[in-house]
Amino acid sequence: MKVWFKTGKPWIWLTAGAVSISLIAVIGLLIMIAWRGLSFFWPAAIHEMDIQASDGSTRTIIGEIYDREVVPTSRLIGSNVVLENYNEEMLERLLLKVGNREFVPLDFTWVMEPQVVRDETPANLAVLERSKDGNFYGYVVDILENGESVLTSDSEEEKRAELFARIDRAVELNEQAMDLQDSEIGAINYQLNQLRLEQRRLELNNAFTEAEAERIAAEEAQLRADYQVLEAQLFEYREQASRDAIVMRDMRNMEVTLPMYRMLDVTFPNDMNIFQKLAHFFVQIGKFVSEDPREANTEGGVFPAIFGTVFMVLLMSIIVTPFGVVAAVYLHEYAGKNAITRLIRIAVINLAGVPSIVYGVFGLGFFVYMVGGSLDQIFYPEALPSPTFGTPGVMWSAITLAILTLPVVIVSTEEGLSRIPSTLREGSLALGATKAETLWRIVLPMASPAIMTGLILAVARAAGEVAPLMLVGVVKSAPMLPLDGNFPYFHLDRKFMHLGFHIYDVGFQSPNVEAARPLVYATSFLLVTVIVGLNLTAIGVRNHLREKYRSLEH
Amino acid sequence: MISVTPNANTAEALDLANLTAEQTALEIRGLNLHYGEAQALFDIDMHIPKNRVTAFIGPSGCGKSTLLRCINRMNDLVEICRVKGEILLHDKNIYDKDVDVAELRRRVGMVFQRPNPFPKSIYENVVYGMRLQGVNDRRTLDEVVERSLKGAALWDEVKDRLNESAFGLSGGQQQRLVIARSIAIEPEVLLLDEPTSALDPISTLTIEELITELKSKYTVVIVTHNMQQAARVSDQTAFMYMGKLIEYADTNTLFTTPDKKQTEDYITGRYG
Repeated sequence: MKVWFKTGKPWIWLTAGAVSISLIAVIGLLIMIAWRGLSFFWPAAIHEMDIQASDGSTRTIIGEIYDREVVPTSRLIGSNVVLENYNEEMLERLLLKVGNREFVPLDFTWVMEPQVVRDETPANLAVLERSKDGNFYGYVVDILENGESVLTSDSEEEKRAELFARIDRAVELNEQAMDLQDSEIGAINYQLNQLRLEQRRLELNNAFTEAEAERIAAEEAQLRADYQVLEAQLFEYREQASRDAIVMRDMRNMEVTLPMYRMLDVTFPNDMNIFQKLAHFFVQIGKFVSEDPREANTEGGVFPAIFGTVFMVLLMSIIVTPFGVVAAVYLHEYAGKNAITRLIRIAVINLAGVPSIVYGVFGLGFFVYMVGGSLDQIFYPEALPSPTFGTPGVMWSAITLAILTLPVVIVSTEEGLSRIPSTLREGSLALGATKAETLWRIVLPMASPAIMTGLILAVARAAGEVAPLMLVGVVKSAPMLPLDGNFPYFHLDRKFMHLGFHIYDVGFQSPNVEAARPLVYATSFLLVTVIVGLNLTAIGVRNHLREKYRSLEH
Repeated sequence: MISVTPNANTAEALDLANLTAEQTALEIRGLNLHYGEAQALFDIDMHIPKNRVTAFIGPSGCGKSTLLRCINRMNDLVEICRVKGEILLHDKNIYDKDVDVAELRRRVGMVFQRPNPFPKSIYENVVYGMRLQGVNDRRTLDEVVERSLKGAALWDEVKDRLNESAFGLSGGQQQRLVIARSIAIEPEVLLLDEPTSALDPISTLTIEELITELKSKYTVVIVTHNMQQAARVSDQTAFMYMGKLIEYADTNTLFTTPDKKQTEDYITGRYG
């Protein structure tokens, strides 16, 4: 034993064990959130079950199996669930997502496994994905156009073909209406608002003359006229979209008529082969990353949150890099090597240890209220009392996170600067370069991989930070992206959505916990993917720079 | 006594104590240098003649590199370093307050112990000094590159890969590139700080031949550990010991009939 200790083998086992545990933790975490998140997009089988209650009555339930768990029978008996002739100690129960939110009290229901007397997956069961009230599960009975049936026979093929065609049409019309509303009508609203602000500005400057009033009135009249045309167009689209309806038979065996314009998609998951399922899976993932959220964030996509996260992180990188590099250059190249410099360096390093929420409070108090409030008074008096920059927004979030990550950039830049061989600096100086020229032409390019390392760490930290953002700019739902087609294109005063906050919001603030749970995993997985993507990009750039400025090796 | 082959290229001996103004490139007067409390150079007085090769020899830590680095004020980079005394370049003390150090270094080039090419292409390495002076005209730069690389005996080896990284060159080629880089801005004086100590014998020989050629256009001052090298390339040699200039004479004299006992002990290998 003693000999074994002396060989140093235990040390190898200890270190290797530590590495293995870290690896297992990381991979396990990724696999878990990926599995839970991605399985949400897989088209699950739709079950039709007959449930026999203890009094002998049966009811039918249609839905997808969402979760299953094994519980002690005694616990269920204690909670008023009557189970006769069941003597096992444990019992399995299923959580079914039954949808049809507007017709049933709860769109999720627990079913005791022993009570299930029939369990089938009929091929004709349809899942309707809707823009409101969640999914609808049931059988397609009829398709109506202006209240009249369009079906000529009772064949399932005709129903489906008709259904797919009409849903495509409805989706198309909805998209056109949406586009019109977002881009053209949005632009007119924006311009109207700008006109109002301009008038207010002129009034404040006592320059609101008759001529100006006429001009503004004329422009406004023109915009309103344009608006009338577009609005008519919008109503036209809506009118067309509401032409069709669909009659469905639900699990209560009742026929309900659903308007077609609410439909986003229809699938028959029980009738899909593996390739169709796979195709549907990827389409669903594509929708998740490219669409806006619906139903208080519990359905639909997360595109605004992805956009907000990436936009804010990029903005932060643009702010933090020059600041951090300049500060590091001063500390390393120009500041005297004395106690004060050491003190400053220690202060900078300790800045990295301040809890992030403290930065949030600071950002809110200093940037939003003081700086932003002053900016409003000086540059945007016409908009007051409604604030422009004096309210949380994406710019303040980026600046707050830039301060949060500044120490990382300073420290790694300084390390990079001190790694550059002094012979290179001397070589440059000996050719008649000044210190500043040497810095620009030799030292900073060679330190760029280290600067990129700092930036990678900064991005990794900033992209995952949520707490300070809740104070300085993140919201549950932002109506507009910080980047759009209206001049000046970048709207840094706007609030934004963020994947990290989205996880918190969907997971803990959602009215429908069960429906939101898979979204929490999916969003988490996406957030990790986004951060990894940002990091890989930065690492790629750094490796390229490293190769370019490979230090001298002989 | 080690055999020292007198240099076939050695110019005829000058009277080093009484050089005329035309013959002098540099004049060092009463130079004292302190690193903090420790004194590294003691009362150095010497004239360095124009268009000749002057070698500084001596054991490690004798101050020969320090003295060399005084000539283009490289020691300014060391914060605790203080210099007293004068070094005259064209009758102007380079330690005067109104001297532009960058301008001085343009006139007094320097090549270091280890090759230190910049992480740029061969071409950009050579024109670095020109670009600093604001010269960006492609034709001028092309001419400078060709002239300098030919001057450093490197042109034939690299003319087809001027835009490749300088790191791809061998150590000896890199050192010649650094010399080319220095002569691209046409300095008056070229300081070589043990330029071959990191190189193999063949590269060393190439550089030594190059040094002999360089003196037709530049005043060369070389620090070397290698006495044979000093004997081979230099016209006059200064022997330093413990921060003092012990003996300064033309190379043949110093190596064959040294005046001082210490010099003789050193060149015969009794210490150092």
